[in-house]
Amino acid sequence: MTQALIQIRNLHFSRGRSKIFDGIDMDIHAGRITAVMGPSGTGKTTLLKLIGGQLKPDAGEIMVDGLNVHQLKRADLYKLRQKMGMLFQSGALLTDLSVFENIAYPLREHTNLSDSLIRSMVLIKLQAVGLSSAHHLMPSELSGGMARRVALARAMALDPMMIMYDEPFTGQDPISLGVLVKLIRDTNNALKLTSIVVSHDVDETLSIADDVKIISQGKVVAAGTKEEIKHSDSPWVRQFIDGQADGPVPFHYPGDTIEQQLLQDIR
Amino acid sequence: MKALINSVSRLGRGTIFLSKILAGIPQLFLRFQLVVQQVYSVGVQTLFITLIAGLFVGMVLALQLYYTLTTFGATDTLGMIVDLSLVRELGPVVAALLFAGRAGSALTAEIGLMKATEQLSGLEMMAVDPVHRIIAPRFLAGFISMPLLAAIFSAVGILGAYSVGVDLLGVDSGAFWSQIQAKVDFYDDVMNGIIKSVVFGFIVSWIAVFEGYDCIPTSEGVARATTRTVVHSSLAVLAMDFVLTAIMYQ
Ligand SMILES: Nc1ncnc2c1ncn2[C@@H]1O[C@H](COP(=O)(O)OP(=O)(O)OP(=O)(O)O)[C@@H](O)[C@H]1O
Ligand SMILES: [Mg+2]
Repeated sequence: MTQALIQIRNLHFSRGRSKIFDGIDMDIHAGRITAVMGPSGTGKTTLLKLIGGQLKPDAGEIMVDGLNVHQLKRADLYKLRQKMGMLFQSGALLTDLSVFENIAYPLREHTNLSDSLIRSMVLIKLQAVGLSSAHHLMPSELSGGMARRVALARAMALDPMMIMYDEPFTGQDPISLGVLVKLIRDTNNALKLTSIVVSHDVDETLSIADDVKIISQGKVVAAGTKEEIKHSDSPWVRQFIDGQADGPVPFHYPGDTIEQQLLQDIR
Repeated sequence: MKALINSVSRLGRGTIFLSKILAGIPQLFLRFQLVVQQVYSVGVQTLFITLIAGLFVGMVLALQLYYTLTTFGATDTLGMIVDLSLVRELGPVVAALLFAGRAGSALTAEIGLMKATEQLSGLEMMAVDPVHRIIAPRFLAGFISMPLLAAIFSAVGILGAYSVGVDLLGVDSGAFWSQIQAKVDFYDDVMNGIIKSVVFGFIVSWIAVFEGYDCIPTSEGVARATTRTVVHSSLAVLAMDFVLTAIMYQ
């Protein structure tokens, strides 16, 4: 296999006293869709923000396209980010701009295209997410699922080399879900993109992913191609894929057990 | 002790933040419509209360002064005294307090909400610097609007004093204006008032954008930051007013 587009080496990161990543290594290969799965609160969003250079690791490094993200100068980091699309978990649309202007925003900032060209590009992107007739709405007039699809269109606006999707499937009805899964797959193949999909939806994610990484408690507990993961008999993988409460992946936030807490109340 | 360290570190962050804003201002001349939009929205927010407040302050001043001045038989100087109080003190200070309460708090809430809803992070990931695109235009707009609002406040205040003093209480209209013309100095009074309002505009805008940008990105964090903006910028305006007055009229 070729050199990985994103190489994460020995990544350590903590928030206050809680350790979020405790030495993670990960390779994400160009042209493939990599799913990052893990229980809620393990740091999947944090990982994407580290890759995007919005957070600094305590130790370790992240190389994107041969560049060490956290040693770049500001201007170079911004140049790199133009090649990275990111779909935020919350959508993160600019609330004072219409749907159309939100998607046009990165084009206006980073290109000198004429207004009519920008218009066609925006409408094409909106068409792809099924919202071309919603271009005049304001973000406050959208449902959560629609907002996320607009955000997806915006992430694709600059035709980046890679897109990071944070929970793209949450809040979608079965039809738009099917469309989105196909859209992510098709854009990845047609534009030779690299995609990272963070998600809990095991079935949808496994249906589009080429590679799968499962993280839990600050470590990568399983990594491999989709087929390897599907047929893996590691207890970590089985528990996550089959959705069992008992197993090596803790369902509870670490700390005192409920028995200890109840006893403290009595004392 | 912890509170002290906290304040010092906030002051440090605020200063670094200010230097980033200032570094972003030259770029704004290429995108001046961003600033114009913000001046417009600050103006719309604050103009109305500035007009009303200016009118009433002027009217009250005229009433109060008239009764005192009658005892000395000096009611002709009413216009001049009102004008000096407004231009030197009340115009810049009261307009700045109103500005902090209305536009400053709105600015903090807007930026804080943009942070809480990840709009600022979203911009960063689109390779757009939020300090340059979002913060700097708002800061500059506040800075530009403040002297204008203070001038409007003083002008309306003088009209309010005129309507009470001349129309209602019978002060001579000619004396009202000629005393102003004779005794109010352009440099000593008007310019110093303008300098004050420029300084206040700078302080209030700085505090407002910093509190918004630095807030804890939750609804509670935004609410607290908004309150802090009003309290801190009002106190800062009053304290700075003392310092400036002491320097200007020593
Ligand atoms: N701004 C923050 N300050 C402090 N701690 C944070 C902050 N953001 C996240 N955390 C902590 O970091 C951990 C990882 O958060 P993250 O958002 O990356 O989880 P996630 O895997 O994306 O979860 P989910 O699947 O629910 O989105 C959480 O335990 C959370 O408590
Ligand atoms: Mg998340």
